[in-house]
Amino acid sequence: MTTTRRDFLTAAAAIAGTAMTPELSHAHQHEHEHQAVPSDPALRVKALESLLVEKGLVDPAALDALVDTYENKIGPRNGAGVVARAWVDPTYKARLLADANDAIADLGYVSRQGDRMVVVENTPAVHNLIVCTLCSCYPWPVLGLPPVWYKSAPYRSRAVIDPRGVLREFGLEVGENVEVRVWDSTAELRYLVLPERPVGSERMNEQELAALVTRDAMVGVAKVVVPSSGGQG
Amino acid sequence: MNGIHDMGGMQDMGPIKYEKNEPVFHVEWEARVFAMFLAAGAWHKWNLDAFRHTREVLPPDDYLRVSYYEQWLSGLRDLLVRRGLVTAAEIESGVPSPGLAKATPPLTPDKIPATLPTRIHANRDVQVSPRFQVRQRVRARNINPVSHTRLPRYARGKFGTIHRDYGVFVFPDTNAHFLGENPQHVYSVRFAARELWGAQAAERDCVYVDMWDDYLEVA
Repeated sequence: MTTTRRDFLTAAAAIAGTAMTPELSHAHQHEHEHQAVPSDPALRVKALESLLVEKGLVDPAALDALVDTYENKIGPRNGAGVVARAWVDPTYKARLLADANDAIADLGYVSRQGDRMVVVENTPAVHNLIVCTLCSCYPWPVLGLPPVWYKSAPYRSRAVIDPRGVLREFGLEVGENVEVRVWDSTAELRYLVLPERPVGSERMNEQELAALVTRDAMVGVAKVVVPSSGGQG
Repeated sequence: MNGIHDMGGMQDMGPIKYEKNEPVFHVEWEARVFAMFLAAGAWHKWNLDAFRHTREVLPPDDYLRVSYYEQWLSGLRDLLVRRGLVTAAEIESGVPSPGLAKATPPLTPDKIPATLPTRIHANRDVQVSPRFQVRQRVRARNINPVSHTRLPRYARGKFGTIHRDYGVFVFPDTNAHFLGENPQHVYSVRFAARELWGAQAAERDCVYVDMWDDYLEVA
């Protein structure tokens, strides 16, 4: 006996005691036949925002503040600070790899009770790559919001079956003797790659190191390099 | 649900389109949808699992065609109505039904720094015995529910090893449908790439998948 989605939803609504309106259960029965996403999103978003504001469900100033936070305050610079600290401080690095949440909370980017962070270390023998095959899970507190390619079907589908091909597409050739570890973020753990400290960065301080660290390196699709233009090779 | 969202291992989806100096939001309405979703979430009428499922039930051709934040818009509208914050008629007309008192938004600008870090908050501080131990060999169950699950198709029926026990988390398969949190242990499970994909995979490579107790059986 197979359960259809319709059977499931009806049963789930009954068990959960949800007050499902007749219109809504009807909509759900036919959700696969409906054109779920009509055109002109800009207009529909504007209409929805004015409705939610008029009903007192959202505060427009809070919306502005949220946008500002994610456009200007939370981004890959946070993660770069974590990486640079780990490069210059072996004790911090050990803590970061053992309990990333606690170590990142030191820098103020997560709360100790909140997001669960995991940091995985690249070495000459191991290369790590982060993906979310099922949706778009990404370590917001340290990298901000994910780029479109990370959320796209080509990356999500192939990262697990052909990570070396994906890396090659990003211009990164990983040697046969290197173990590639792909981390599929299927639960509420958020992964960050600790890249290898690049050759030529030995004399740099923490701030200079942080400036080298890119978002792509912390997702695992690039390495960190010292720019060669300064005559430093 | 064996939907289009469960795409790990599919091929021929085309090249990865990389955009240099990509903005956080490409057009203003994307930013507004993003912010509305977080702000309305402060009513605690839904959870992240329920939100994910709203995107999974989009018709597959829409799922692939529309932009990411259009998926969010669709999911937000669905949850707002289903969880009783707005009515379908209000969505349709764009104006509040007459006679209802105006609510007070729970999320105000001053609360934002304090609210965001606990955004996910899916781990639970409750005593639940783990069914598996680190280094134990396990098998991902072969299940095909028509409802929400975070057990990707490519791992079902495959053998792996428990790499790490992350502690206790809410179970998305029930939580997404408001059927209870059903807290249980989540493990990082290591699968050899060749176990998943056969001889075409590199010998040393592996994939780590986070899995709840109910996704696993003794190997």
